[in-house]
Amino acid sequence: MTRLLLWWLGRMPIGWLQLVSNKLRFFAAGTGVAFACILVFVQLGMMGSFSEATRSAYRILNADVMISASDCNGLTDGSNVARRRMYQALAVPGVREAIPIFVGKTFWLQADGTRLELTVVGFDSTRHSFVGPVLEQISVLPLSNHVLMDERSRGLRPGQLANVSANSPLWIEANHQQLAVAGTFSLGAGFAGDGFMIVSDQTFLRLFPARSSAAPNHILLNVESGSDPEDVAARIAAKLAAEAVLVRSFSQAIEQDVTYQTTRRPVGLIFGFGVAIGTLVGLVIVYQILSTDVADHLSEYATFKAMGYKASFFRSVVMEEAVILAVVGFLPAVVATLGIYSVMAKATGLPIAMTWERAILVLFGTVLSCSLSGIFAMRKLTHADPADLF
Amino acid sequence: MTPSASQDPIVVTGLNHSFGQGSAKVQTLFDIHVQIKRGKLTTLIGPSGSGKTTLLTLMGCLREIQEGSVRLLGEELFGASNETLNNMRRRLGFIFQAHNLHESLTALQNVRMGLEVHGSAHRHEYDAAATHILEQLGLGDRLHYLPAKLSGGQKQRVAVARALVGNPEIVFADEPTAALDRDTGLKAVGILKRLGELRGTTTVMVTHDHRILEMADRILRMEDGRIVDQT
Repeated sequence: MTRLLLWWLGRMPIGWLQLVSNKLRFFAAGTGVAFACILVFVQLGMMGSFSEATRSAYRILNADVMISASDCNGLTDGSNVARRRMYQALAVPGVREAIPIFVGKTFWLQADGTRLELTVVGFDSTRHSFVGPVLEQISVLPLSNHVLMDERSRGLRPGQLANVSANSPLWIEANHQQLAVAGTFSLGAGFAGDGFMIVSDQTFLRLFPARSSAAPNHILLNVESGSDPEDVAARIAAKLAAEAVLVRSFSQAIEQDVTYQTTRRPVGLIFGFGVAIGTLVGLVIVYQILSTDVADHLSEYATFKAMGYKASFFRSVVMEEAVILAVVGFLPAVVATLGIYSVMAKATGLPIAMTWERAILVLFGTVLSCSLSGIFAMRKLTHADPADLF
Repeated sequence: MTPSASQDPIVVTGLNHSFGQGSAKVQTLFDIHVQIKRGKLTTLIGPSGSGKTTLLTLMGCLREIQEGSVRLLGEELFGASNETLNNMRRRLGFIFQAHNLHESLTALQNVRMGLEVHGSAHRHEYDAAATHILEQLGLGDRLHYLPAKLSGGQKQRVAVARALVGNPEIVFADEPTAALDRDTGLKAVGILKRLGELRGTTTVMVTHDHRILEMADRILRMEDGRIVDQT
């Protein structure tokens, strides 16, 4: 290691040798940095799964443009939209087809007492161009009171829905209706509810008698081939400018939902705060270690100053230590985080997984924070006065 | 050769130095005039507090000069920039009273630090040069020992090797033999004296050691911040 650093730095790796000469302190420093990294990883993991869960809900649908109420922040949120807006939008050049989407919430109380909060999405399932990629068994929905359920919903026993089909459905009761779970799809739980249930628009209106077919939650549109969804959305928005609606391309609606969930809602803010605290803990630990190390070696540094070493040499030694601490703390943190993620994913049903982007982000963040601590720790270097040596 | 380069390596004129501010100000050096010849071993003696070490640190670019002039190797140190002082220090060797070795570096690595200050252009030769000088000082079998595993005398010899390995033009030493036994102390000073004869290395040494005074080319006696006697 010393030889490798000697070759790489082109000088004696003083920082490395200083760090390893006090094994206990080095171990404590590495553990401290690792702890801070794990803290940040867990918070980012939760935040990532939050975005991922928000994003994945949209995969039950497929569209180019979405019209929602002006107070809408996401798929399961906001007032109703008048169905008239759909016909107005259909008159805009570039729009090929449109469909109303209904969203509601219901509970399924299982025999063993487990209660699942289900988000119910209803739409005309014969309109295949609007069916999202996850709904492969959509063909059962036109049957009255037949539904599809997310097999990864929180609260289901493992394999509980494994054998359901149109011929042998699982009968459940919700909103005083007998429902036949005749098919499944795989999405994963979110923070809002325990899972999704997909129904036809007719079944939806039977489940929610207070809702009217004239007032859906969203309107989905597909554009003519060759038209840009953003342009079409802008044209519709211009036409509906006087109405209390929000017209966005589907991808834009998804991104705004994710942004809302992660930055405006308390849950998102808490995780953001957690990341900040983790970074701060790491900064303080590394600063403590580095400034103690600088203080311990002041007389050695003064000797080097007397020998003609410049300030830049000492800066590079402290930086060397900062980067070593960052790497030494980061590597075990990644290993530990992988374990923690798998435990968390099992326990919550949330899509928590390590991504390359996140690992690289945290590595850079760690190196940056450690360097920042190093810069603060360097202020003590000015006390190294070679004249004190005699 | 330019006239300035042919001059003596150390020329001190009208040097005054004080510590402290205002009423607490204490003057430690008074109007020092001294010229030191190339390749000679000069010793500074005198009671403690007489200003020997202060004079040494002023000549060695370790302290800012307040009043007067020190010309070191043809370069004026009064009002010199940090850059100049740094470059000058690289042409000097220091042997401190305490060995001041880096505790995390082996003997060889410590000596190597005396070479690395000159850059990395010849870095592949550094280990060989450091080994050679340590062998000369009788530490050939202690190359990879950390200072904690060396005796006081061995540590001081490593410090001597570190000061000399870069072929300094002037060596400043502050009681270097205090921690050395008789033979090693004389051997170290012997090496300094031989370097003076061979390469023209100039040595200025603060010492109380009578064995060394016998080897010195010149003795400057200081008292109360003045040079009172020169031989």
